[in-house]
Order: sequence, then C-alpha cells, then structure tokens
Amino acid sequence: MKHTISELEDIASQVRRDVLRMVHAVQSGHPGASLGCADFFTALYFEVLNHNTKFSMDGLGEDLFFLSNGHISAVWYSVLARSGYFEVNELATFRKLNTRLQGHPTTHEHLPGVRIASGSLGQGLSVAIGAALTKKLNRDNNLVYCLLGDGELQEGQNWEALMFAPHHKVDNLIASIDYNGQQIDGPTEKVLSLENLQAKFESFGWHVITSDGNDMAAITKALHYAKSLTGKGKPILNLMSTQMGFGVDFMVGTHKWHGTPPSDAQLDNALGQLKETAGDY
Amino acid sequence: MKKYTYTEKKDTRSGFGAGLHEAGKRNKNVVALCADLKGSLKMDDFANEFPDRFVQVGIAEANMMCIAAGMTIGGKIPFTGTFANFSTGRVYDQIRQSIAYSGKNVKICASHAGLTLGEDGATHQILEDLGLMKMLPGMVVINPCDYNQTKAATLAIMEYEGPVYLRFGRPSIPVFTPADQKFEIGKAWMVNEGTDVTIVATGHMVWRAIEAGEKLAELGIDAEIINIHTIKPLDEEAVLKSVKKTGCIVTCEEHNKFGGLGESIARLLTTTYPAPQEFVAVDDSFGESATPDQLMTKYKLDPADIVAAVQKAISRKK
Repeated sequence: MKHTISELEDIASQVRRDVLRMVHAVQSGHPGASLGCADFFTALYFEVLNHNTKFSMDGLGEDLFFLSNGHISAVWYSVLARSGYFEVNELATFRKLNTRLQGHPTTHEHLPGVRIASGSLGQGLSVAIGAALTKKLNRDNNLVYCLLGDGELQEGQNWEALMFAPHHKVDNLIASIDYNGQQIDGPTEKVLSLENLQAKFESFGWHVITSDGNDMAAITKALHYAKSLTGKGKPILNLMSTQMGFGVDFMVGTHKWHGTPPSDAQLDNALGQLKETAGDY
Repeated sequence: MKKYTYTEKKDTRSGFGAGLHEAGKRNKNVVALCADLKGSLKMDDFANEFPDRFVQVGIAEANMMCIAAGMTIGGKIPFTGTFANFSTGRVYDQIRQSIAYSGKNVKICASHAGLTLGEDGATHQILEDLGLMKMLPGMVVINPCDYNQTKAATLAIMEYEGPVYLRFGRPSIPVFTPADQKFEIGKAWMVNEGTDVTIVATGHMVWRAIEAGEKLAELGIDAEIINIHTIKPLDEEAVLKSVKKTGCIVTCEEHNKFGGLGESIARLLTTTYPAPQEFVAVDDSFGESATPDQLMTKYKLDPADIVAAVQKAISRKK
C-alpha cells in the first residue's frame, strides 16, 4: 500500500469538495455520479495505477485509464490535478471559455491525463480494448482500465465490445461499471432495466467481480484483486456498486443530482459535511 | 487531347489491398481491422502475412472504429476496412468523437462506394459519404481514380499523421495511371491541359472525364481535365489557376450533388473567382439495383452527360 485507507479517504473528501465547488462555480456539470465515483478514482490513481504524471499520449510502459461516461469529468479532473498531472488551481477554469477542462473530457485542448474524447456514451470500452490490443502488440505488460456508467450500458456498442474482448482474450483489461442504478430520467430499473448484469457479463465470457465502490478499503482491495486476475485469458469486469451523490446527505441515492449544481446554501451545507484535507484550490 | 490508354481493367479495392499489404511490409506499426468483409476489401494478403496485426472484429462497425482509435495509443497505425456505407453513416458518431475530435491516426478505408456497387441496391450504395466525411474538422478525404492510384494513396496515408477517409470501389475499371506514381495528398493531378473548359473529376469519374474529353475534342472543344483525388484538403490553387484560364467548370463525382466535390468547388469559386459551374452528380437521390453501367447511365454519370454539361457551362460564359 502506498497510502493508508484513512489517507485515501482524506484525499477522496478533498476530491468531493473540488467536484462540488467546480460545478457550483459554473452552475453546470454532473455532481451526482462524480461524488459516487470519488472513492474509485482516488483508489485507482493514488493506489492502484502504475502511471506517470509526466503525461505522454502513447503511455508506453505504464497503465492507462479511459473514462467512457465522460460527463463525470469533474471527479476525473480533480483526481488528475490532485495526483500531479496539472496545477490544482486549473480546476477553477472548469467549463469556462478557453479551458482545457472542457465539459466532457477531450484531447483537443491537450489536457494531460486524457487520451480520448468521451461524452457521447458507449464508446469507451471499445477504445480501451483497442489500447489493450496495442499493449499486447508492444509487449507492454501494463494494464488498461476503463470506467463505464451503468445507464450507459443501454448503448448497443457496449455489447459489441463485451462480445469482442473475451473472444480475443483481452486479458490485460479491467473494466469497472459504476453500478448506481440511476440515470437522468430516473432509476435504470424504470427507464430500461439492466436485469442481471453479473449473469450477462459472465455469459459473455468475462471474469466478473463485485465490489462496494463507496468503501475505500473494499474498492482498493477489489482493484488489487482484479489486477491479480489479469493475464489469465479473460477480461476482468468489476461490477462496482455505488450511490450517486455519496458523501453529501441530501444528494445521496437519487438521480436528481445527475446534472444539477448546488445553490450557494446547498454548497455550504455540503462542504460542511466534507473535510478539507489538502487545501481547496 | 493527350492520349490515355490502358492494357487492363482492375478494381480500386484491389489497389487498396495491394497497398495495405505493402504498407504492412514497410511499417510494423500498421495494423488492419475488418468487420467481416476481409475478402471484399482484399485484405487477405495482409491478414495472411501479418496475422498478429490483423483484427477480425465481426459485424460490429461501431466497435471497430473505436478499437481502431484506441489502437493508435501506443503508436499503431490502424486501417479499418468495410463498405463505404458502414464506414461512414453507420458509425458517424464514433468517427466524430473518438477519431476526428480526438485527433487519432486512423485510416478509414471504404470500399463499394457509390452506384457502381451495382445489384445490391441503395441500402449499400452510399452517395453521401464524401459530404459526411469532409464536414469533420481535420479529416482528409481521398477518392483515387484507378488501381495504381489507390495503391499509391494507401501507402501515402500511412506516412501521413492524422485521420483519413479513403474511398474506393468494386467495379473493374481501366488502369491508366503509372504504377510508380508518387501520391501527394492534396495535390491535384493534371490529366489534360486545355483552354475552353475545366473538368474536375474524382474517383471512377476520372476515366469517364477522359472519354468525354476525347468526344469534346472531336467537337472542337479543348477541355482541361483535372483529377481531384483529394477532396479535402482541396487543391484550391490548381482549380483557380485552371478556371482563370478556361472561364468555366464542370465537376464530376459518383456522389449526391449535395455535399460532394462540386459543392467544395462552388464554395471556392463563389468566394474567390465566380464562374459558371455545372454538376455531373447524382441529383439528390438514392440508387437502386442494376448493373453498374446501367446505373451510371440512368443517374446521368456517363461521358455523354459530361459532354452536355460542358456545352452548357461554356454557353454560360460571358
């Protein structure tokens, strides 16, 4: 372990503060799933990923991460900044004119840490598979990670990718699903039910693990375990339960904060629930 | 009129296949992906010689485009192969976000473009692909005219860093350009110098423009014929230089009149040097089942249609 669980939890608390302040400042963005995934991103970037913050697009000799559900850019940007890819103060430019921190992640403005544009859903798993194939051709034993939303699984392209990876034995890939059961129009069960995801993924040929994405010890352990399963002929799928809005009592567990920013009073209330551990930007 | 001859007819898709095979030999970073049309795209030689660098994706074009985008990360140069319809309209959002906007070095190689696909009919005969692709910022759009030029173009795009759309087709057509040509992206190819009218043509229409040029010569009309193999970036200098000399232009393409080469030329001329222009293109229509030759006649893409368009353009000169 590079950090104790308590240290990681402190970082995640700061990341949640960043997310709330970023979306509040421009009164736009997606706080709900950003808060829900703060623990995953913190565990990944501060504990699990073998990565070089001196960014290169090709990422030779290091692990790669792709975010498919690009609307949760705020949490990714915070973790990239907090782990050293760019100055933390740049978070203040989120979604503003001429920023590198576009509403959805892009390579177009050359933000260190981002290797593909995402936002239009359903494409990230395919991209991650492509990067994983290239790692194999380059005889680079590092891994490729990817995060997808659960609502995003309604996009058909995911199922093309889910079919491809086991067939081609892409076993250097760990895909995580942000399984929060919510999407813009309501609970996924009501909008378009995902049914038994674990059984679906297993029947496609993935090695599926489940985890609690809002328990730092559990998600860290799950990602390390996922890593130990690579190289065995199957792609790995981490079905990660989270709660949208986790960490803020009035935001948790509802789709209402998917794309809604907090008001001034709501921000104060939320920040009061989250420890400032590394200094606000 | 300069005399063009040929000794054989070949399909441009085979030029792509030969070019891809050669590209694979020259650069170990070249990889090829295909969506269950390896044979139709003539990718067998590459796949057989470099099995590790060939990815059979299955009938899943959206997945293929994004896998190709991902494969560039780490230095590979992916060439995707499927029909033009499935290379563009079916996967437009994937190309837009993961390839064009992301600036990825993917070569989108598209066969069976246009009416000359023939009997399979309109579901497969895309006539909108040039427009779709040229609207994407940063996308290079190439439509070579014969086997040799398609092979040369395939090798040229390997050397170019950035997204490219390479369009070619199914029918066997005359091979009239040199086997040893150097293909320069964005550089128009002068087929015949003339003074009375400029004819610009792309893809399969270049040979038809040459046939039209011979008929025009018999009528005493001296046509300048230019092969625009690169629709974007357009060789504006070559087109303007020619139109300033001839005073009118006819554009020829196996594509809808909306969104294709003709509209690129019209934009150029109206903003710099207005001149009479006539379009030889499909008149905002889908295709249908028939032989390629029957379709080219019905949809007015024959040399006789070019001759008529030339006469009209010349009559509009002041």
